[in-house]
Formats: sequence, structure tokens, C-alpha cells
Amino acid sequence: MSDGVILFHTTAMAMKAEKALTRAGYQVTLVPTPRQFSSDCGIAVRFAVVSKETVIEVMTKNDVEIAGLHEL
Amino acid sequence: MIYLDNAATSWPKPPEVLKAMENVLEQAGGNPGRSGHRLSIAAARVVYDTREDIAQLFNCPDPLRVIFTANATYALNLGLYGVLKAGDHVVTSSMEHNAVLRPLRDLEKQDVKLTVVPCASDGTLNLKEFEKAVKQGTRLVVMVQASNVSGTIMPIANVAKIAHRAGALLLVDAAQSAGVLPIDIQAMGIDLLAFTGHKGPLGPTGIGALVIGKNVDTSQITPLVRGGTGSQSEKQEQPEFLPDKFESGTPNVVGIAGLGAGIRFIQKKGVKSIWEHEKHLIKTLREGLSPISGIKVYGSTNPDESVGIVSFTVRNKTVSEIGQRLDEEFGIMTRVGLHCAPAAHQTIGSFPEGTVRLAPGVFTTTDEIQQTLKAIAKVAQS
Repeated sequence: MSDGVILFHTTAMAMKAEKALTRAGYQVTLVPTPRQFSSDCGIAVRFAVVSKETVIEVMTKNDVEIAGLHEL
Repeated sequence: MIYLDNAATSWPKPPEVLKAMENVLEQAGGNPGRSGHRLSIAAARVVYDTREDIAQLFNCPDPLRVIFTANATYALNLGLYGVLKAGDHVVTSSMEHNAVLRPLRDLEKQDVKLTVVPCASDGTLNLKEFEKAVKQGTRLVVMVQASNVSGTIMPIANVAKIAHRAGALLLVDAAQSAGVLPIDIQAMGIDLLAFTGHKGPLGPTGIGALVIGKNVDTSQITPLVRGGTGSQSEKQEQPEFLPDKFESGTPNVVGIAGLGAGIRFIQKKGVKSIWEHEKHLIKTLREGLSPISGIKVYGSTNPDESVGIVSFTVRNKTVSEIGQRLDEEFGIMTRVGLHCAPAAHQTIGSFPEGTVRLAPGVFTTTDEIQQTLKAIAKVAQS
């Protein structure tokens, strides 16, 4: 199983996403945004990919706007 | 020592507030949102948690619509200069603080049309008069929720209905009401709520926020300050998304940590019970003051129409003399003068001399109020 990262426009949104995913039972960590995906100096949420779709569903349900989702 | 200047800043602060500020420096000392290491993330968590605390306190559905500012003045300036453009019409009351009136007088020079609705001498707003002032197409209504001079509470929910019928936004100055009165921005129809952390919310000075309602189109609001946000660093233009659009530069993380702890403290106590406590103290004060010979007490006599603030004057005595004697002879701290609100003093009839303002807080006891009443009676008589 590979890991994925979700990118956000702002750190505040990454915090919101971390809380929403944790509440939904996901194991997530906050990591520095990988430079290959973005030039932002912010942080990204790293998670174990089981299903990208359900992760996106959690994001939408919690009003979390994402800037990108990539598999590592 | 009796501290009755909580309308200027609340004191003392709960020990939890001091602890939270110490902890953040010690354990979360990174720059939130700038780097990706553990201390940066720890700081970002503290900042986000306080956003949530604020959103919960005012029933704002989205913590990202909480914009941190230095204080209520900055938040009000952001709301006023952010929304109003040349040619716009804005309505306010005659009970406003200079944090509202000075920006508005400046905006008038930039061709913003201003209507100031006169209030009654007890500080109350006549809704019919207000309704006449709001025209179809009025851009903004800005109003204090509770006067810092008389404590008088404005009928904000009704003001919101009238503002919205005309298509105007409502900006509320909650400097004296946040943390003291229950505020639900959705139920009351508040579009923009400006408050400071160091009064009712029991946080430190230097931190406040502008809370933006869900229905406000933030593309129509311009930022006061632009700069680094830790986001979209490849661009030289300010980002449009929240909160970054309105939050440039490293935030006051220590202040934010203290504010969060203060809000959690008042939430645990219950905002409603804090208001009941202050209402009881104000009732005791008003009842004890009124029989004193030569005294004039200002503000509404209806206990449901006032926060924990009472203003008074004594015939043939200057307010500065009363304030000084209360401090030096009795250890009672008050604030005298015009309280940065000349229009409010003109409205209640105490301009230019001003008043002595008594502002008990969440930690003030009935016994302290009784001692204060005795001291004022002595000062008034000799």
C-alpha cells in the first residue's frame, strides 16, 4: 500500500483536513509539502492510500478545499 | 485593590491563559504556516485550535472565516475600509466608539456617504429612526453591540433584518460584548463581527479577530495589509482564499494561544452565566448609586439592556478628582473621561466633561461592589 499526500492552499486548511480525517478514522501525518508537487512553503497531509475517493469524500463533506492529491 | 476597569481590559486573567502562552513559547515556538517541521506544525495547530474556539463561541460555521487581527480597532478598520468604496452609503449610530467613527470620518473624505442615527439619552436606538436612515442600496451598517460608555445594548438582530432588507451588510463592534453576551452570528444575522481578545474573552492584549459570515462574498472585501502568507509563494499577488487574503505577516501566536485558553475558560463557565453575574453586579451598583446626593447615573435602567458598565457623574466634582480619590484612598480602579467615544458622551449628555466608568468583570464580587458604593458615597459627600 502506497502513501498519498493532499496539498492545500493554506496551512489553516491543512489543519482543518487533518482534524476531519482523524475524526473519520484515518491515520494521517502533517509533512512539509513535497517540492515536486508545489512551490508552496506550507504543509501537506500524508495518508495511507486505501481509496482516494473516500478521502476526497471526507474532504468535501467537511468543506475542505484541496489544491491537489498525489500518490508518492 | 478593586479592579473595575474591565471595559478597558479585563483583569485578572485565568491562570490557564498564562500557562497557554508560556507553553506555546516553550513547546510550539515555530512559525505557523511557514515551514513544515514539528515546531512549525505545533504552532499552526495552536493557531487553528483558537480559530475553532472563536468559530464555536460565535457559531461561525467555518473556522477559516476567522481573521486574526491585532485588536477590535484593526478588525473594524478591515471591515470598514475593506467593504466601503467611493459613492457607497453607510449607516451607523451616535453611540459609536472612535474605532468606528474616525475611520468613517476619514472615509467621508473619500466620498463615502455617512448617516449617523441619533440615539436616546440612555443610549438606546430608536429602530424607526434607524429604519428611515437605511436606504435601498445602502452598502453597510456598522453598529456597536454594547456601548463602552453606558453599557447600553443595541437590538442587533432587528438591525440586521433592516440592513438585509435594504441589501446592506452588517458589521458589529463587539469589543464590549464578546465573551459577555451570547452571540450567534447566524441567528442574529451578523455579517462581520469585530472583537478584541483582551476584554470579555479574557485573553492578552494585542490579539482580536474579524469573523466573516458564511454569506459574505469576500471577493468584494479588500485587505488592509498585503504580504507574506506562507502560501502561493510563487506569486507576487495577494492570494484570494481565506484566511490568507486578510492575514499577512507572522501572526501573534502567543496572543492567539492565550485567547484560545481564555475562550475555553469562559465557555466552561458559560457566557450566559457570566452575563447573569454582571447583570446582578450592575443592578446592585445602580441601586446603590442612585440615592447618593448629587449623583447622575447614565444608561438604560432595564437590566436586560446593558452589559457590565455603569457611568456616573457627581454635581460640582470633576470626574478626574473622583477617579483619583477612588484609586488613592480606596484602591478602586475606574476609568474617567471620554472613553474614546465623544459621540456617545454627546448623546448621553456628558460631553465634554465625560463620566466615571465602573466596569466589573467575571471575577468581581458583590462584596467589592458594596465597598465601592460606600467609597463613592464618601467621595461624593466630601
